[in-house]
Amino acid sequence: MQITLNINGQDKKMDVEPRTLLAHAIRDAGLTGTHIGCDSSSCGVCTVLLDGNIPVKSCTMFAVSAEGHPITTVEGLAGSNLHPIQQAFHDQHGLQCGYCTPGMMLSSVALLERNPNPSEDEIRFALSGNLCRCTGYQNIVKAVQQAAQAMNQPAGAAADD
Amino acid sequence: MIPGAFDYHRPSSVEEAVALMGQYGLEARILAGGQSLIPAMRYRLAQPAVLVDINKLPNLAYLSEENGMLRVGALVRDTDVEFHQDIQSRYHLIADVSQVVADPIVRYRGTVVGSLCHNDPSGDWAATAIAARAQMVIRGQGGERTEAIDDFIVDSFTTSIQEGEMAVEARFPVPNTRTSGAYEKIERKVGDYATAAAAVQLELAQDGTIKEIGIGVTAVALKALRVAEGEKLLRGQKPTRDLIRAAAEEAAKIADPNPDARGSKEYKKDMARVLVGRGLVKALGRLGVKI
Repeated sequence: MQITLNINGQDKKMDVEPRTLLAHAIRDAGLTGTHIGCDSSSCGVCTVLLDGNIPVKSCTMFAVSAEGHPITTVEGLAGSNLHPIQQAFHDQHGLQCGYCTPGMMLSSVALLERNPNPSEDEIRFALSGNLCRCTGYQNIVKAVQQAAQAMNQPAGAAADD
Repeated sequence: MIPGAFDYHRPSSVEEAVALMGQYGLEARILAGGQSLIPAMRYRLAQPAVLVDINKLPNLAYLSEENGMLRVGALVRDTDVEFHQDIQSRYHLIADVSQVVADPIVRYRGTVVGSLCHNDPSGDWAATAIAARAQMVIRGQGGERTEAIDDFIVDSFTTSIQEGEMAVEARFPVPNTRTSGAYEKIERKVGDYATAAAAVQLELAQDGTIKEIGIGVTAVALKALRVAEGEKLLRGQKPTRDLIRAAAEEAAKIADPNPDARGSKEYKKDMARVLVGRGLVKALGRLGVKI
């Protein structure tokens, strides 16, 4: 069936079967930043944002169900500069192999929108549906903390360095 | 893994959804959050020929109190409950469970009513609904009926919903200030099925005796169970350590778990006992009663 998905602000017409999973539709549209990991709704690497701030596992949703809901993938995070969460993952070495990183960042963006000043416990709780098999959680938490700080600065404020 | 093929319908009213369920009968499944159904379809454990996607139905995402009941519409996501400050502060049992269902991302999509309808023997909401004495509201072509949760939960993955029907709402009694509860769950990791879990809710009378009590356990039998004998031991009594211990024993007696990677039969039975005991102590503690 013909559907139109709005991904990162662009309408994409695609021909899918009802059973096509959102993760596959996104990747078939050329956006391979959305990874597929466990294929069992356990790992969270396929996380994307629906309607701007709702994280969903795109392997556990049909593409047809996403019609009418703008989708943000990792490719949609950066504007002319890296998104603060991307910058923070870079600065804090919040990734090792990088496989879980898109999902980690999108879950973090949703957390920071809901809770701009999360404690370490709240960060770990919010990210507990995203697995990092490199077990790089320490630096992931640091990255989210840095991003929170950066996003709470008034717009236009200069960075320390 | 790709699910089997199915015909997809996206009705725009409950009436239309119910008509589709009547038309396709046992071939059709309702798609709400899909957080259990879609994985089951990917593993081909479920292969419905027809999916009726209710996500676009208007007016099913309500979460409101009316006539002494908290009405949870069929499109209320777990996070709607988890992030609802008033519910978190007054519904102690529901607050507990809302933070341990599946994992945080799944909770954005999964629904309370969908979990109850899926009726996985390890689901968290069924035991919660048992302890809170919830009701289900079921719509069919002939109208609407309300069913006590004990009648709704029939067997493993089986509810009293008939062909041509869909659940539109779960109802939880509004707790008063003398009511508390707790949900205690053991899981190997966030998002895994419970190894065992217990839900308790109780109301104290003015004299400190237990006026009403509900105890449910999950993941320790082919369906969530009410620990009726344990409730009976405590109802009308002043809670004591010995009584709580005896009531918790009743959970182990009725538990009939399957051994698996999460634990042996003996271990799970014992955890049913331990978790009911912990839940009772925690619920009483929240009412200022030290045991």
